[in-house]
Amino acid sequence: MERYRFLRHTADAKFQAFGTTLEEAFVNAALATASLMWDWDKIEKKIERRIQVSGKDLKQLLSSFLEEIIYLLDSKMFLLASPENLRIEKKGSLYVLKALFKGDQYSDKYKVHGDVKAITYNEMEIEKNTHFMVQVVVDV
Amino acid sequence: MELNKINDYTWEIPKTGDMKVPALIYTSAKLLESVRRDMTLKQAKNVACLRGIQRKSYVMPDAHQGYGFPIGGVAAFDMDDGIISPGGVGYDINCGVRLLRTDYTEKDIHERRTQLLAEIFREVPAGVGKGGITRLSRNVLLDVCTKGAEWAVENGYGTREDLQRTEESGRMKGADPSHLSSRAVERGIPQLGTLGAGNHFLEIQKVSEIYDERVSRVFGIQPVGQVLVMIHCGSRGLGHQVASDYIRLMENKFGTRGLPDRELINAPIRSQLGQQYYKSMSAAVNYAFANRQMIAHWVRDVFAKVMGSSEGMNQVYDVCHNVAKFEKHRIDGKDKEVCIHRKGATRSFGPGREEIPEVYRSVGQPVIIPGSMGTASYILVGTSEAEELSFGSTAHGAGRVMSRHEALRRFRGEQIKQDMERRGIELKSTSWKGVAEEASQAYKDVDEVVNVSHKAGIGKLVAKVTPVAVMKG
Repeated sequence: MERYRFLRHTADAKFQAFGTTLEEAFVNAALATASLMWDWDKIEKKIERRIQVSGKDLKQLLSSFLEEIIYLLDSKMFLLASPENLRIEKKGSLYVLKALFKGDQYSDKYKVHGDVKAITYNEMEIEKNTHFMVQVVVDV
Repeated sequence: MELNKINDYTWEIPKTGDMKVPALIYTSAKLLESVRRDMTLKQAKNVACLRGIQRKSYVMPDAHQGYGFPIGGVAAFDMDDGIISPGGVGYDINCGVRLLRTDYTEKDIHERRTQLLAEIFREVPAGVGKGGITRLSRNVLLDVCTKGAEWAVENGYGTREDLQRTEESGRMKGADPSHLSSRAVERGIPQLGTLGAGNHFLEIQKVSEIYDERVSRVFGIQPVGQVLVMIHCGSRGLGHQVASDYIRLMENKFGTRGLPDRELINAPIRSQLGQQYYKSMSAAVNYAFANRQMIAHWVRDVFAKVMGSSEGMNQVYDVCHNVAKFEKHRIDGKDKEVCIHRKGATRSFGPGREEIPEVYRSVGQPVIIPGSMGTASYILVGTSEAEELSFGSTAHGAGRVMSRHEALRRFRGEQIKQDMERRGIELKSTSWKGVAEEASQAYKDVDEVVNVSHKAGIGKLVAKVTPVAVMKG
């Protein structure tokens, strides 16, 4: 199965990410988001960051999760290579996501080729058919 | 969708269903074609359904699909019954443009333009992952967000005169950074004084045509051949975070049920959350003013070093493109304060408005409309008619017609640079991919956009400027 695919959108970037589980689709959505800024497969896995986000529904959870990538870039100069051990649980009325982000600190050896300003809810979809699909439009 | 043509430059979506007011689109037959292809008109209709909206939901000539509100959307809301919406401002709060004039002509700088561009590229941090010059403390950052461009001037960046020639005098008085999240502050600290990436740029330009001699003289834009510097950037990660934070807070407080689009989430203006958003958004506006103030200062330094002097490099004006403000407008024969949202639109106040600097009050405010990479930009002047027609607003740029992804597939950054050089325009960028994404073919024709503004009367043509050297973030 392909990890993600970019679709037509006038101003911004729109993608669909796939997975046999919801977790896998979230992981691939993170890689799609990272791919707009750097080549995630060229980033060394030198630094680990534990992340935890929550949302009152899955869309909010997805938006908070992806936002983590741009927050870590802007504030810590962290480039994501791979989100691992991603778990989604329902706790009371909240969805909680935990994951381990592996990647590296930005340095001259890496090329950052684009900017993602924000994750939007515009045309956001989370679907389950034979597999999971999440669709996101990011503001670039 | 049903559209009524009012005249050659104005179309109306009549009030139907849940719309509280009609929507009015300033466009041309040609521009309307691309507007009809995406969600712009549907989004303008959605805005017309929001509580407390006054007169009409307006769409500017450069409009394209946004999230929630269209880009190029203008809407004003009643202060008591109305709403304020982060989606009505956009993620890049106070993305805007600053214009500096010079006493140089294109001939004066011709031999040294490569050096000028190289030095500016060195002095002004740009691109993703590039931090600002100094690591600020949290308290200094909060000070920046309170005082805006005033903070920058107090710290040696530029002059008091620059402040007078900035929208809001470079400082939104309602700002209160104590409502910013720690994430917004953390994203803001390393990025102060940076250009950013995407469609942000810094351009050395020359005046190529003057349409209004009298007004251009008042603006200090004279003669043809004069060198100008245009700076286009915003509030960086801090502003983006404010938008994301308040969309989430408003969702959690008010829920998303009944909203045609989740990005239309809003809060009553008078509510606690509405007020907190306004104060945080104003803090982000101030951050962006300080940002452009610092960058303008470095540009002057470079001119002083390379050309021997930066004398006469006065600021023409600095305008916001993404903002919500409280303004007085005449509605149903009465002066009324409203909360106006301009998302991808420029304020276009005509003569007499007290908000505009005294030096321009006899003619109207300068409206700065950047084109796309390698194309012309325009200086317009605000009109009194615009207050009636669009709450004193006009276009903010060319407006995209092609996705970045499609642009990447079709164009090569290296090729674009060669083409521009053949036309005598220097280009420096942090990323070839970024250059390809910003190819001028991916944008509407800016000439057509400003022509609609002029003909519709929401902003009148003053001068056309063309690029000499472009730094793309």
